[in-house]
Amino acid sequence: MLEILGYYNYWVFALVLMIGFYAVVARGNLIKKLLGLSMLQSAVFLMYITLSKVEGATAPILQKGVEDQIYSNPLPQVLILTAIVVGVSTTALGLAIVVRIKEAYGTIEEQDILKASGP
Amino acid sequence: MTNETIILLVLALPLLGAIGIVISGRISPNLREAVTLTTAGVLTWLVWSMVPDLMDGARPEISLYEIMPGINIAFRLEPLGMLFAALASGLWIVNSLYSIGYMRGNNESNQTRFYTFFAIAIAATMGIAFAGNLFTLFLYYEILTLSTYPLVSHKGDDKTVRSARVYLGVLLFTSIGLLLPAIIWTYVVAGTGDFTQGGILAGKLQGPAVGLLLGLFVFGVGKAAVMPVHRWLPAAMVAPTPVSALLHAVAVVKAGVFTITKVIIFIFGVDFLFNEPSSSWLLYAAAFTVIAASVVALRQQNLKRLLAYSTIAQLSYVVMATAILKPLAEIGAVVHIVAHAFGKITLFFAAGAIYVASKKTELPQLRGIGRQMPWTMAAFSIGALSMVGVPPTAGFVSKWYILAGAFQADNYVAIFTIIVSTALNAAYFLPIIYMAWFSQPENGASSGYNEAPFPAVLALTITAALTIGFFFFNGPILELERQLIEGLG
Amino acid sequence: MNITPHLPALQVVVPILSAPIVLLLRPKGMAWAMTTVTSLMAFCIAIAIVSGVQQGQVFNYLMGSWSAPYGIELSIDSFSAIILLVVTGASALVLIGARRSIDAQIESHRQPFFYAAWLLVLSGLAGIVVTGDAFNIFVFMEISSLASYVLIAGGPDRRALPAVFKYLIMGTIGATFYLIGIGLIYIMTGTLNLADMEVRIHEVADQSPVLLAAGFITIGLALKAAVFPLHLWLPNAYTYAPHVVTAFLAACATKVALYVLIRFDFFVFQQNLSGHDLQFSYFMIPLALLAALVASSMALFERNLKCLLAYSSVAQIGYIVLGASLVTVAGLTASIVHIFNHALAKGALFLAVACLAIRLSSTQLTDIAGVARRMPWTMAAFVLAGLSLIGVPGTAGFISKWYLITAVLAKGAWGIALVFIIVISSLLAVVYIWKVIEQAYFREPQQANGAVREAPLELLAVTWVAVLANIYFGFYPAIPVSLSSAAAELLLGQMPQ
Repeated sequence: MLEILGYYNYWVFALVLMIGFYAVVARGNLIKKLLGLSMLQSAVFLMYITLSKVEGATAPILQKGVEDQIYSNPLPQVLILTAIVVGVSTTALGLAIVVRIKEAYGTIEEQDILKASGP
Repeated sequence: MTNETIILLVLALPLLGAIGIVISGRISPNLREAVTLTTAGVLTWLVWSMVPDLMDGARPEISLYEIMPGINIAFRLEPLGMLFAALASGLWIVNSLYSIGYMRGNNESNQTRFYTFFAIAIAATMGIAFAGNLFTLFLYYEILTLSTYPLVSHKGDDKTVRSARVYLGVLLFTSIGLLLPAIIWTYVVAGTGDFTQGGILAGKLQGPAVGLLLGLFVFGVGKAAVMPVHRWLPAAMVAPTPVSALLHAVAVVKAGVFTITKVIIFIFGVDFLFNEPSSSWLLYAAAFTVIAASVVALRQQNLKRLLAYSTIAQLSYVVMATAILKPLAEIGAVVHIVAHAFGKITLFFAAGAIYVASKKTELPQLRGIGRQMPWTMAAFSIGALSMVGVPPTAGFVSKWYILAGAFQADNYVAIFTIIVSTALNAAYFLPIIYMAWFSQPENGASSGYNEAPFPAVLALTITAALTIGFFFFNGPILELERQLIEGLG
Repeated sequence: MNITPHLPALQVVVPILSAPIVLLLRPKGMAWAMTTVTSLMAFCIAIAIVSGVQQGQVFNYLMGSWSAPYGIELSIDSFSAIILLVVTGASALVLIGARRSIDAQIESHRQPFFYAAWLLVLSGLAGIVVTGDAFNIFVFMEISSLASYVLIAGGPDRRALPAVFKYLIMGTIGATFYLIGIGLIYIMTGTLNLADMEVRIHEVADQSPVLLAAGFITIGLALKAAVFPLHLWLPNAYTYAPHVVTAFLAACATKVALYVLIRFDFFVFQQNLSGHDLQFSYFMIPLALLAALVASSMALFERNLKCLLAYSSVAQIGYIVLGASLVTVAGLTASIVHIFNHALAKGALFLAVACLAIRLSSTQLTDIAGVARRMPWTMAAFVLAGLSLIGVPGTAGFISKWYLITAVLAKGAWGIALVFIIVISSLLAVVYIWKVIEQAYFREPQQANGAVREAPLELLAVTWVAVLANIYFGFYPAIPVSLSSAAAELLLGQMPQ
């Protein structure tokens, strides 16, 4: 039991992932969809941070004189910095498209857009 | 020139002719027709010039290049293909002559397109005749299908387009749906698709699979019009008559039965099939088509549709003769390809001539027409008698050999079918002949038209003469085809 | 200086560096010229790489000279080479003819942005293919995806916007799934280098995170590749994108996602995960067959030419997946050959559609009635490319169909059932292509479109180049086939590692 709870970071990851996914699928409002998408991506960031964590470790900065220090794995953190940039650009582009949809259709509700587009 | 060079020339020439037709068509119709006739003449001369060598046993082969490992574009000349090529090229001259009369007499539009695609179709026919393996044959088979589509849909109105859709639909569906898998299956099983004396499948396939593969081939070759894949042929009758005459009585349909014959002799092997009970259904399918198509023909009121159903029946004659799997019957099958070609092209020429001169297409309108168009109807009568198999016409010769083969194999189904279908042929052709010569025209209003344009009449006279001539001078052809079956059991 | 070893890096660097320069070029003709020249350079680089690969040269390029498992390695084998050829070739060809079509559809002050986005798509797609690093693939995938959203949304049709939004959502979910999969594999193996991963994953192959990762990666990439039933974003995105963009993306965007899919499932997982081949087959074959049947049937009822062709793309992706899911060298060869040949056929078809659209300002089937009389060359090109799509002998499409059916038949009894379905789908292709042809050749035009004339020469010329390529590779398929079979053997591990 404790072992399962010990993985709580991963549980949070899965939970946030699912909430985000649900929002993307179930919400008709385009902004809310994008929010869901952001949550989905954030969940993955959380996963990467978690897996780079080493118990009792500090940030991976080499210092003179410090010998037997344990460091966290820096690579996933670097990766996720990149992924965050990608995520931000995606959200920005998504919002830009929503703005143009609003200009073109006068609404950002999926149902109304479908109606306006015709069959 | 070596025979190999000639083969390549024969394949290229109609295509060059097509280009010439497009160019000359912009200058003047007369020049265009001259190009067509010249191409046809040179082509025939080239094809026929190879006959003597072939008689001496030469089998020129040429392999262009390998497309995929084991799959070549290759050509190989053998008696069956030689005969088919000689037939199609020779009749192209006559047919071009006829086309000139027909197309001008009818003031058809887009004549340049018509002659261009006609030449391409002939090129494809030559490719089928000379193909050295299944792949090459399939390549040209599809070109033939596609290049005849613009000919069938020539008129371009709604009814024509619908019929052309049936035409293309049936031919493409069967070839892609059944023939292509059959060919690939053959390559997978035998490792090759080369046409080889004695077949390539013996010992590599047994049991019901043989029957299944044969079925894929027979129905995949939609051009042979074995029921139930015959629907395209009546549909194709919307085409101008020269197309019906050369393509749908000779080139296209004969390409179909030629493919089946070739597959049975050179891919399966006659002996192999004879000893494989699962292949026996073919005879029954063909026999059924012969009878059923003849019965349908009895009920037709439109002359060209009647001829189409008669063609379906006659094609299955060839398939049935091949399926008897005895040497004499194989000869009969090949001879029937020639005999039926002469007879049926004559009939179509006559039907077209009647249409050009009088716009008549239905049987009841033909009463007393023999008096206005004696040459045409005389030729028609000769063609019809050849279909029935009355001596001295070509149809008699082939029927003789097929019957002889059937007796050789004690195949009573075939014998019975031939007898019944002869009776049926007589039942639908003889009334027309009687009506044309001896009935009074309706309302007495028979004037207002005369014989068709001279080139058309000349063409149908030539083919009628050929029909009779073949009865007396068929020696060389038989000699050639004996070589084909040498070594058959 | 010998430039050959640097080719893999140049393949990505050249377009990505040109992109900001194009942004600064104000006269729109300059922007087009610069983009086209860059794209042609990329094509030349790809040709140089292909010829190098065919001579047995190995391209392994260490970015910044960091050694392999730690730094990013670019590595090119015959599989990457053939995809590079498709991507850069499609881009160069389309761009050469695209100018007037783009002028007609994109406002001139937006054109520099449009061309810059195009170059980013190109470099992103090329980057995915050249890199040997799993995370790097993700980055390039998102570069190309984000830029292609911009391209698709660039057209004048407002319906492109919801379509692109849908694409953005689904594409991002796909990429995120892929990212999750990579993360899980990284925990287990500690590496992101594909070649290194292939070796190390063996020890942990039976652990559940690896299996989970395989699932996430396969599904994420299937989303990007529009494998049925994850294709929902594709038809509308292709339909409402600017015409030349459709021609470019249809030829290569989904193909690159398929490339990554095949790269992972065969190169990384296949020899290490027990039972992976069976799982992959059982999972993918039904989807591939459904794609071929359902999408082809959908195409039958489409009234919009581009949408019709887009559904046909989904069906053709089904063929590609089918070949791969046989998990044999023959099947994989067929699949890769079809990636190449389908790009040729569909590229040519969409170019022909662009020709039609520039004169008719519409891609509705009813509007192309009788157009063959006005635009005979365009329609002739459409007919020939259509025949290649159907798989008529003498065209490129026939070669891949032949390989596919041969590979399927080698599977024995149930292979015959598969052949049956392939055949039905091909026949459906005959029907929907012929629907277009009849409309163009035999229907009377609805209004007097007397002003309609043949498409601009340069667009027509590139269309015909694509069509002639279809015929050329129908008779001389040596280049794609040799690359594909080498790639298939490599992926299935029949060559020394």
